[in-house]
Amino acid sequence: MKSNNILVVGNGMVGHHLVENVIKNNPEASVTVLSAEPRLAYDRVHLSEYFAGKTADDLALCDADLYQQWQVKFHCNSKVKTIDRIFKSVTTESGEVYSYDKLVLATGSYPFVPPISGGDQDHCLVYRTIEDLEAISVSAAQSKVGVVVGGGLLGLEAANALKQLGLETHVVEFAPQLMAVQLDAAGGDLLKEKIAELGVSVHTSIATEKIIAGDSCRYKMCFADGSELETDLILFSAGIRPHDELAKCCELEVGPRGGIVVNDACQTSDSSIYAVGECALWQQRIYGLVAPGYQMAKVAAAQLTQASEQPLFSGADMSTKLKLMGVDVGSIGDAHGNTEGSLSYTYENQPESIYKKIVVSADRKKLLGAVLVGDCSDYDNLLQYCLNSIELPDAPEALILPIAEGAPTLGVDALPDSASICSCHNVSKADVIAAIDGGACDIGAVKDCTKASTGCGGCSALLKKVVDTTLEQRGVEVSSDICEHFAFSRQELFDIVRVEQIKSFDDLLDRHGKGMGCDICKPAVSSILASQWNEYILAEQHVPLQDTNDTYLANMQKDGSYSVVPRIAGGEITPEKLIVLGQVAKKYDLYTKITGGQRVDLFGARLEQLPPIWAELIDAGFETGHAYGKSLRTVKSCVGESWCRYGVQDSVAMAIYLENRYKGLRAPHKIKMAVSGCTRECAEAQSKDVGVIATENGWNLYVCGNGGMRPRHADLFATDLDDETLIRYIDRMLMLYVRTADRLQRTSVWMENLEGGLDYLQQVVIKDSLGLANELEKQMTHIVGAYQCEWKTTLENPEALKRFRSFVNSDEPDDSIQFIRVREQISPRSTVVASEDEPEKELA
Amino acid sequence: MMNADQWIDVCTRADLVKDSGICVRLGNTQVAIFQITRGEQELYAIGNFDPVGAANVMSRGMIGSVSDEPVVASPLYKQRFSLLSGQCLDDSDVQLTVYPVRLLGDLVQLAAAMEP
Ligand code: SRM
Ligand SMILES: Cc1cc2nc3c(=O)[nH]c(=O)nc-3n(C[C@H](O)[C@H](O)[C@H](O)COP(=O)(O)OP(=O)(O)OC[C@H]3O[C@@H](n4cnc5c(N)ncnc54)[C@H](O)[C@@H]3O)c2cc1C
Ligand code: SF4
Ligand code: FES
Repeated sequence: MKSNNILVVGNGMVGHHLVENVIKNNPEASVTVLSAEPRLAYDRVHLSEYFAGKTADDLALCDADLYQQWQVKFHCNSKVKTIDRIFKSVTTESGEVYSYDKLVLATGSYPFVPPISGGDQDHCLVYRTIEDLEAISVSAAQSKVGVVVGGGLLGLEAANALKQLGLETHVVEFAPQLMAVQLDAAGGDLLKEKIAELGVSVHTSIATEKIIAGDSCRYKMCFADGSELETDLILFSAGIRPHDELAKCCELEVGPRGGIVVNDACQTSDSSIYAVGECALWQQRIYGLVAPGYQMAKVAAAQLTQASEQPLFSGADMSTKLKLMGVDVGSIGDAHGNTEGSLSYTYENQPESIYKKIVVSADRKKLLGAVLVGDCSDYDNLLQYCLNSIELPDAPEALILPIAEGAPTLGVDALPDSASICSCHNVSKADVIAAIDGGACDIGAVKDCTKASTGCGGCSALLKKVVDTTLEQRGVEVSSDICEHFAFSRQELFDIVRVEQIKSFDDLLDRHGKGMGCDICKPAVSSILASQWNEYILAEQHVPLQDTNDTYLANMQKDGSYSVVPRIAGGEITPEKLIVLGQVAKKYDLYTKITGGQRVDLFGARLEQLPPIWAELIDAGFETGHAYGKSLRTVKSCVGESWCRYGVQDSVAMAIYLENRYKGLRAPHKIKMAVSGCTRECAEAQSKDVGVIATENGWNLYVCGNGGMRPRHADLFATDLDDETLIRYIDRMLMLYVRTADRLQRTSVWMENLEGGLDYLQQVVIKDSLGLANELEKQMTHIVGAYQCEWKTTLENPEALKRFRSFVNSDEPDDSIQFIRVREQISPRSTVVASEDEPEKELA
Repeated sequence: MMNADQWIDVCTRADLVKDSGICVRLGNTQVAIFQITRGEQELYAIGNFDPVGAANVMSRGMIGSVSDEPVVASPLYKQRFSLLSGQCLDDSDVQLTVYPVRLLGDLVQLAAAMEP
């Protein structure tokens, strides 16, 4: 049946993408791959990360297992030497013959080494494959000075690599500027300046004539203008040339300057032979980027598998954005203003070394191109204007002027559905929306099913915006039901629990829900019950509701072991207690670290070790630190007036008071606080949910700050409060948050979503506009009074302790948790896969 | 190889935790057993190794239902697995072994996994 033998020559990025697409279209396809390299395809785009410690395995795009699973036959170290188009077969250098029905040439390109006398010596290298990089490493280890010939995009990337390898680095460029393809003269000059500042010497308008033996270094480069440069290592990065020798020798049509000629279907002049990637010449052009290659691969794969949809290749956008040695560089479309009648606007900021130019059409309606150096923040926006021919605003220059001028950024809404979001994988806005409609509900899921942002990664910010906006829009459309088991929002559930005095999940489910509950509603209800009644969370009826960490009163780590975090209120600790922490850590061999919250975390405890560890800690006067709970975490403090010469209030005492008051308060999300003793703000209170800063007259209260994924400065809420008023306000504000926020909503987002925002919050808390103040305070007083150290209660409760066993039928420790030693402490070894091999045999 | 009707005693009813999981060890294999008080079937057993998080933690996951199918969510990265089939609901490529499990008087018994 398998009459259609597909033979693919070359297993670079594009060759692999082709195989992937062929198998996707037809899992039964018969595919054979011949690769000249010793390994299967790897990520050439991120090749330089090899120098940052990535291994060949890290860079791999596929491996033998995957190809075997796909039933793709492959042979590495198999360079094809000739093609016989009549008998439809190829012969490799070692004499192996493979026949084909359809042949795909994905042979890529090779670095061009200009014919310079002396350019073929041992330490004259190129930058294309993993083997090249290995050779560079070896050579660099014996060198002090390195020169890159070629100041294009790849040359500068190579120069960065040499610099990171510790060499004195030079770039020699024949043209008068760097990156002449992508940048205009002004942009290129600025880039040159910036790169020179970073310690790389750039020599432009200079031609190498010969390379001879050096005096102080291995070689001496002699230039046409009579100047010389001594160096130990030379890297050629003077452009790429298509690998078209195979095509030439079997008389396929090639371009006058090389490249295998293909049509829109990626077919060569022989309809049984296709060419894709950097070896292919389409309409007189070779695309030296991976995204167009991927598009060709898709086109050819659809042809080869006779897929129902047969896209055609129609050219590709060559815009690029990258960071070169820390300098942002972007180039979009017609960067040089070659289009007839085009006009340009430039913005140059010398003090900050920023250069931006846009090229617009004669009628000033369309963006044709752009150059950005030093600041690429406008790139996504400009690219969308350009790719989607979106009409420009009346004053197009606003697009590149600093934010202060109010640049009209394109909302994601303004993008048409056809807007390309990820050019590497050719994913449009419509594709992203379709993925979300199909059930993908976060960035990860969208990436998974569209592949967007899994190539160069340059589109990740834009992708996130599209996903966020779409989800937000859906968020408004979809019901606010917490999950399939309750047709209520968290706030509604809170009110039901309060009004109907419900004390257990089962009771709530019986009365108002359906099914068995899930990992969304159970922890949410558990938190509501705790905020309302503050019962022991490991009581029998509450155990099944707790989030992972709460169930064992500890934070689960990646290997299934746990961390132990005792409370150290305000970060103040006696030497005696500090010693106990050290002793316990030593006794149980726990990894010990000072946290970002001014306390000590002990990692690597197995389940059955948690009770004895906590017994020792509680004996020494410690309490649980609730590091596992959606509850108060820490109240950070600075040392304050007792020691600090600037302090105006006792910030440590206030921090300890606050921590002890609100410890154990369960909330929709964790709560963090801090108290600083003066405006110097050493406790970073303005990044906390509740921030308190001392003044001459009392305390300033800040609320709803956040660090973490989306940092937000806290807002000044009230000034010069006395102790009592401060506490009242915090009581009220926290209780309101606990009652009305969504699950997993920090105070920052909660307040931003409150209608009326800060102003409203001030009305309710300070002016008591809802007449709730009393009730909120009473509720808080109840919670504070009902506090218990959950670990203490647990240790007194044999039923609860029963669960702290790795196995109910064995006292042996779980030997799948294993450690190695790093910097004198334990560190998780990746988990031993114990149950992989036929578990039923073990049972028998 | 043992037959599916060969049952092994692994623990007693008192070891179970209502609406939650426990873990038993058989040689090198770890099996998670869940007791569910709502619904028809009381006990479920699946492999304890979470292939996504690569750790032996499934017994510490939270149980629940997805359109009436009983599931457990991994405590590490929250993927949900059917307790009936072992199928991961969030990643079709991932599957856990399901073991027959029963109560015989006060004894909890397991049998060899059925070939999927
Ligand atoms: C241990 C610690 C890092 C450290 O070694 O310093 C830490 C560790 C964890 N953090 Fe953190 N965070 C720690 C301080 C912070 C801080 C800094 C601070 O509190 O001053 C922040 C930013 C401030 C903030 O929260 O606004 C922080 C922002 C986060 C976030 C992002 C929250 C957000 O709103 O975006 C998460 C994720 C979450 O909670 O959903 C997180 C989650 C986590 C978790 C719980 C992740 C997890 O689920 O396994 C980590 C487990 C800790 C463990 O096993 O003990 N951690 N984390 C710090 C513990 C402080 C403490 O003593 O309790
Ligand atoms: C350092 C570096 C950084 C880059 N950065 C970017 C970037 O940021 N963005 C971007 O879009 N692109 C970048 N590129 C370019 C990108 O890597 C290429 O566009 C892409 O790899 C082209 O894929 P390809 O499959 O056509 O060719 P290649 O990846 O070169 O693969 C061709 C394969 O065919 C093999 N082959 C050749 N002849 C034969 C034969 N006769 N028989 C058998 N096998 C043969 C070759 O050995 C090779 O393995 C970068 C390239 C380099 C080197
Ligand atoms: S920053 Fe991330 S990795 Fe570091 S402790 Fe916090 S959650 Fe863990
Ligand atoms: S544009 Fe490269 S990953 Fe999306």
